Amino acid sequence: MSATPLAPPVRQPARIQRWTRLSGGFTGGFGLLVVAMVFVPVALAANSVQNMTTLLTYVLMAVMWNALAGYGGLVSIGQQAYIGLGAYATVWLAQHSVNPYLGMLLATAFCGVVAIPLSFLMLRFRGAQFAIGTWVVAEALAIWVSLDNALGAGTGTSLSQLDSYSPSSREHYTYWLTLGFTAFFTGALFLLLRSRLGSSLQAIRDDEDAAASVGVRVVAGKRILFLLAAAGAGAAGAMTLANTLFIEPTAIFSVNYTAFMIFMVLVGGLGTFEGPIIGAIVLYVMQNQFGNDGVWYLVALGGVAMAFALFLPRGVWGTLEERTGLRFMPVGYRVRRAEAPVEAEEAP
Amino acid sequence: MSLLELEQLNLRHGLLEAVRDFTLSVGEGETVALVGANGAGKTTLLRAIAGAHRPSGGRIRFDGADVTRVPAFRRVQMGIALVPEGRRLFGALTVEENLLVAAQPRRPGRWTVDSVIEAFPMLARLRNQRAATLSGGEQQAAAIGRALITNPRLLLLDEVSLGLAPLAVEDVYRSLASVLAEGATVVLVEQDLTRAAAVADRVVCMLEGRIVLEGAAGELSREQMTQAYFGLKGAREVEA
Amino acid sequence: MTWVNDVIQGIMLGGFYGMLACGLALMFGLMRIINLAHGDIAVLGAYLIYVVLEHWNTSPFLAILPVLPVMLLIGYLLQRLLLERSLRSGLLVPLLTTFGLSIVIQNLLQQGFSPDVRSLGANAGSVATASWQITSQLSISAIGALTLGVAIVIFGGLQLFLSRTRAGRQMRATAQDPDTAELVGINSRAVYARATAIAVAIAAIGGMFLAIRSDFYPYSGPTYLIFAFEAVVIGGLGGSLWATLAGGIVLGIAQTIGGQINPEYPVLAGHIVFLLVLLSPRGGLINLRRVTA
Repeated sequence: MSATPLAPPVRQPARIQRWTRLSGGFTGGFGLLVVAMVFVPVALAANSVQNMTTLLTYVLMAVMWNALAGYGGLVSIGQQAYIGLGAYATVWLAQHSVNPYLGMLLATAFCGVVAIPLSFLMLRFRGAQFAIGTWVVAEALAIWVSLDNALGAGTGTSLSQLDSYSPSSREHYTYWLTLGFTAFFTGALFLLLRSRLGSSLQAIRDDEDAAASVGVRVVAGKRILFLLAAAGAGAAGAMTLANTLFIEPTAIFSVNYTAFMIFMVLVGGLGTFEGPIIGAIVLYVMQNQFGNDGVWYLVALGGVAMAFALFLPRGVWGTLEERTGLRFMPVGYRVRRAEAPVEAEEAP
Repeated sequence: MSLLELEQLNLRHGLLEAVRDFTLSVGEGETVALVGANGAGKTTLLRAIAGAHRPSGGRIRFDGADVTRVPAFRRVQMGIALVPEGRRLFGALTVEENLLVAAQPRRPGRWTVDSVIEAFPMLARLRNQRAATLSGGEQQAAAIGRALITNPRLLLLDEVSLGLAPLAVEDVYRSLASVLAEGATVVLVEQDLTRAAAVADRVVCMLEGRIVLEGAAGELSREQMTQAYFGLKGAREVEA
Repeated sequence: MTWVNDVIQGIMLGGFYGMLACGLALMFGLMRIINLAHGDIAVLGAYLIYVVLEHWNTSPFLAILPVLPVMLLIGYLLQRLLLERSLRSGLLVPLLTTFGLSIVIQNLLQQGFSPDVRSLGANAGSVATASWQITSQLSISAIGALTLGVAIVIFGGLQLFLSRTRAGRQMRATAQDPDTAELVGINSRAVYARATAIAVAIAAIGGMFLAIRSDFYPYSGPTYLIFAFEAVVIGGLGGSLWATLAGGIVLGIAQTIGGQINPEYPVLAGHIVFLLVLLSPRGGLINLRRVTA
């Protein structure tokens, strides 16, 4: 047997590219869409405005849950803690003579602040311990709130201070605020992912210990996502209150919100940027069509979520991205050679 | 006919090719030593033979049967046993439990808990001790015993001298010698070139996943092996 | 001396929680899966017993006998068809799969049995209501004592199984190092399936007591999942399974004493103790690989 000398490695010039024509076009288009959506209340009938608010709330919830699970690797089944907290904080502020809409902004910030000490507690864990820990926090909060009579205790409460607005004004303001929140949080996530933190998060997702060993500040990265997701969920809670006007502890702190979030993100695409938005649209359509079909609808929802988890874990968008190499939103990197472009792998 | 045949085997770690187009035959009763620097693919190769690593290409034949897709636990029942790199005993289980857990279901053969302990006398007083408390040499003896107790036809040994004091290595090889003398078929990975040449019938040198030198143990000079080990240009043809 | 009574009640309640937690701990210790459908599976067991009782007028303690083999089979299928696949896909997927399963089970139960609240206390006869009066302030309920007794038997039996039997040894080895276990001839998939089957069957026994002690309805599951998980975490799952029973007892005592302070507080008191344990330095250390003899 002879020994074969090995060929020296071939060096090829490469350059890093962040934007492609497609992603540039799409991001621009997306921005235009947001601007266009500002005019929805003027263009559409009252019922549609409320529906759009609901849709936007779904988008917000999905994007934020994906921020935590898809980009941070943290499966939370307790985001409803902040949904409820955001809603109840709004009520409390309104009861203390704060303008309800200002109250919603403050309540959102409040959720982010509350999340800071909670993050120190929860981020020590991963996986299942983190998941159930978040759920217990939500349950504890729900019980605590339901013991407070000023907040309506177990029977619930409403944001009666909104009565000072006419119904159509109320719907419009609620819609615009929801649009604002959704655009803000989605934009914040987008910028976060394009920053250095984005690469750190990718490294953390792939191999946390290896990332830590090269100096990536793992917990700090996760904490930012945790706080963002908390504030985002808080905003969604405040908006749900504004849209439905009445809340009660078991419903607003219900783990069903998590079920919806998991469904939206799994179907849309865990760890992709566009996926949750698609998932939210799918859920919205399904809710509208089948929401009143009772129990079988929920069985189907659970079954579909399971099927995606088992067979199509990258979701609709993730699989599409994988097959076609399309990237609409430029949160990744592409390495281009002289001839053909080669994708840098962006694993979920 | 060879007991073990590897045909054009390709093994990957993710996108990295660890072993490429690897072809080798091992006859019954032969002892083959695999040598090479770290990262040459030796451990990956042994794991693939044992069934713990799925090949991305090529075939593995054991006693004529194609076992490429057969899961590891079934290969043990067919008679392939691996002593893994780093020993990998079940730390919370006692030495005896480590042996018992491998011994059942029984393959026909002379190895039982008692005969293993006879062959490795140092284990006798450690029988009921938790494996995690054993010294390196003791763990190595137990790990080899755990593989032997499955009565294998093909024994795979991955770096049994790794991390052991020289005296412990002596002990291990002395116990092994009697096993080898009985005519077992063995493929062993060994960093120590002298040991490898002393114990084996044939030596195969690997570099970056390929065979770069192969020959009967007595015929390869130390210099040839060292050069092949490091991939130096001096490595040339040899009479097999 | 009602405090003494509370502690005794708490210990017996803890036996119940420990029993609920046992299967969860087994699966967690072996496969690092938290079966988020565990509570719903216990409730499913209760409903199956109910079905048996509709055709055979007897006590739940006998009605569970035909239910157990069915639950063993369900557990086995759950592992082979669902969880096995989830395990391969990383750590997120089992959580998501079992969460989806939880929703499916709850709503199928709702569809099959109506949302009515039921209880099997009546079928259990005098056991459900009898008690022994020890002193003027201290009484021990028959069902409480029985639950604790059965819990101890289950934990003891499982511990013996793990330390003395071949299958148990294989389970311990696989929990330590699944990769090497395969290399010594252990079929790890079969080991996992056996564990899930056992976990589901034990959950059914928990479901039986659940149904006797109080009432249940299709969506009861998640509450008990939380209690079970809290018991596991409080216990710490350090060296042996008994830690889980201990954790259940601590939870039971916390809840009983909390309830003494204010009838609205018991569950919250449990959550607080859980969060406190999580906060403590030991809280994060769930070393699962060392389920020893």
